Amino acid sequence: MNWGGRTLINVLAPRIVLAVLTLFIISLVIFFSVELLPGDTAEAMLGHDATVEALATLRRELQLDSPAYVRYWRWIIDLLHGDLGKSLSSGRAVSDLLAQRLPNTFFLAGFAALISVPLSFVLGVITALYRERAVDRGVNFVALAASSLPDFFVAYALILIFSVHLGWVPPISIISPESSLAERLYLTGLPALTLTFATSAYMLRMTRASILSLLSSPYIEMARLKGVSSGRVIVGHALPNALGPIANVTALTLAYLVVSVVVVETVFAYPGLGQLFVDSVSKRDIPVVQVVAMVFASTYIVLNLVADMVALAANPRLMHPR
Amino acid sequence: MSLAVDRAAEHHDTLAQRVRRVPLPALIGLAVIAINIVVAIGAPLIAPFGQSEIAGPPYNPPDGAFLLGTDAIGRDMLSRIIYGARNTIGIALMTTLLSFFLGAGAGFVAATAGGWVDQILSRAVDVMISIPKLIFALMILSILGASIPTMIITIAVLDSTRIFRLSRSLAINVNVLDFVEVARLRGENTFWIVRKEILPNVTAPLLAEFGLRFTFVFLFISSLGFLGLGIQPPAADWGSMVKDNSTLITFGSLIALAPALAIAILALAVNFVVDWAANLTSGLKD
Repeated sequence: MNWGGRTLINVLAPRIVLAVLTLFIISLVIFFSVELLPGDTAEAMLGHDATVEALATLRRELQLDSPAYVRYWRWIIDLLHGDLGKSLSSGRAVSDLLAQRLPNTFFLAGFAALISVPLSFVLGVITALYRERAVDRGVNFVALAASSLPDFFVAYALILIFSVHLGWVPPISIISPESSLAERLYLTGLPALTLTFATSAYMLRMTRASILSLLSSPYIEMARLKGVSSGRVIVGHALPNALGPIANVTALTLAYLVVSVVVVETVFAYPGLGQLFVDSVSKRDIPVVQVVAMVFASTYIVLNLVADMVALAANPRLMHPR
Repeated sequence: MSLAVDRAAEHHDTLAQRVRRVPLPALIGLAVIAINIVVAIGAPLIAPFGQSEIAGPPYNPPDGAFLLGTDAIGRDMLSRIIYGARNTIGIALMTTLLSFFLGAGAGFVAATAGGWVDQILSRAVDVMISIPKLIFALMILSILGASIPTMIITIAVLDSTRIFRLSRSLAINVNVLDFVEVARLRGENTFWIVRKEILPNVTAPLLAEFGLRFTFVFLFISSLGFLGLGIQPPAADWGSMVKDNSTLITFGSLIALAPALAIAILALAVNFVVDWAANLTSGLKD
């Protein structure tokens, strides 16, 4: 694509460079924060009651006799080759753990996105259409309330209503690789609903705001003067121009979704990456923590980059910043 | 236009009249915040028991002695919620203050100094703002150990990026005005200009942002507590109390949700007030 001499690549390149730089800095911090531990790294990781043999094995595995930058280099090269190291607590390969957990987390986040994106889009259009009326005020009040509630509060409130009182779904969402799709959807209903609550409010408000800001522009006024109904003005005239910002917000929300699964998975004991992360954090299983943090950070940064690209593709005017 | 008239009239209004103009959600919000502050400050006077005192049998249902019952090891829930106000709000407030000090300080310096100082600070913030905060904080706290100073510094640094961006863009607008130019010609240094010329002109939007950032930090600390890496036991903290009593929820006990409700109510109250304040400063009136 070419807009006025500047190609999309020209505009995107600095953003991609920044994303890669950010990932590089995150990897540095993830790796070197372990070096900040006082005393011997192996001892700090295993605790004071570790046996001499265990310490010796770990020292050999971490290659603590080489300088830190050499070990960082090897860690990154191994990561890029798919060798993610071994868990300290279970001894299993981290890549096995990821292969098992990552699809579950994407399934949950995807399920939540399938509910929350259309829902907040429709509600955003409706509130813009009926702005300052009862529907608008009501939806906005609920959205403001939803965004102030901690995720675990929403999760437990849903458990209390749907599991304890109504008995429709179990309070925990333990799925196994053998679970069928229907079973998965049934078991992940409550966590997906919790995530919908957490993410819809922001998307809804942004959809409403981007439509409302367009409604004051001259071409919309022209359409109105022409006698077009207000519903058609929004759907036919305002919406196409609002799609860019809305898609951008959606990608940002997905990034947020991937991170907020951490709390939700913990509440529902859902076997995803978030729960693995929290478990490894509390067991101080540092090799797993490092890799999972890297996975979360990369997903988050890539989705942010996608949000940027979508915004650019939808609005070529952004290609020429003042 | 009507706003200007309102502002002028405000000076002649009695306090009661002014209070009546505040929308109901904001009034409720202000009242809730006031109650929380009183409870947080007066915790030792209000709470019937100490925060880590084993006051009765475990899982004692609510009765005359224990208004909200006791937890798994027999500590009084009500007393822990009261002390939790002090611990959770206190630490969230300290974190937000530090975060503002760092973010606004760097933002003002970047705006007034310009040039390479601005470039370095802005690019560093570009990188930091795209770090997922919860993941990063959990990782740092798991590696360095969950202690209150580590938590405060980690969250304050991570969250100062948004304050940096806001205060930099606010200060840039003020920085080009004539009176700043005059001060500069007079030979005042950057620190003086920031303190005497820029700060007084950007306080209103920064205060609204303070409310928002406080809610974020407060919910963040509660989430960390819930995940077991926030304020550590035996100190009472609303987030970790939810985790500790989560088994009660599956038995249908509403009391276990009380600390979560306390978090939700305060966050909502601050949001109501911020919403009203934001409408006031932007001149949008319902």
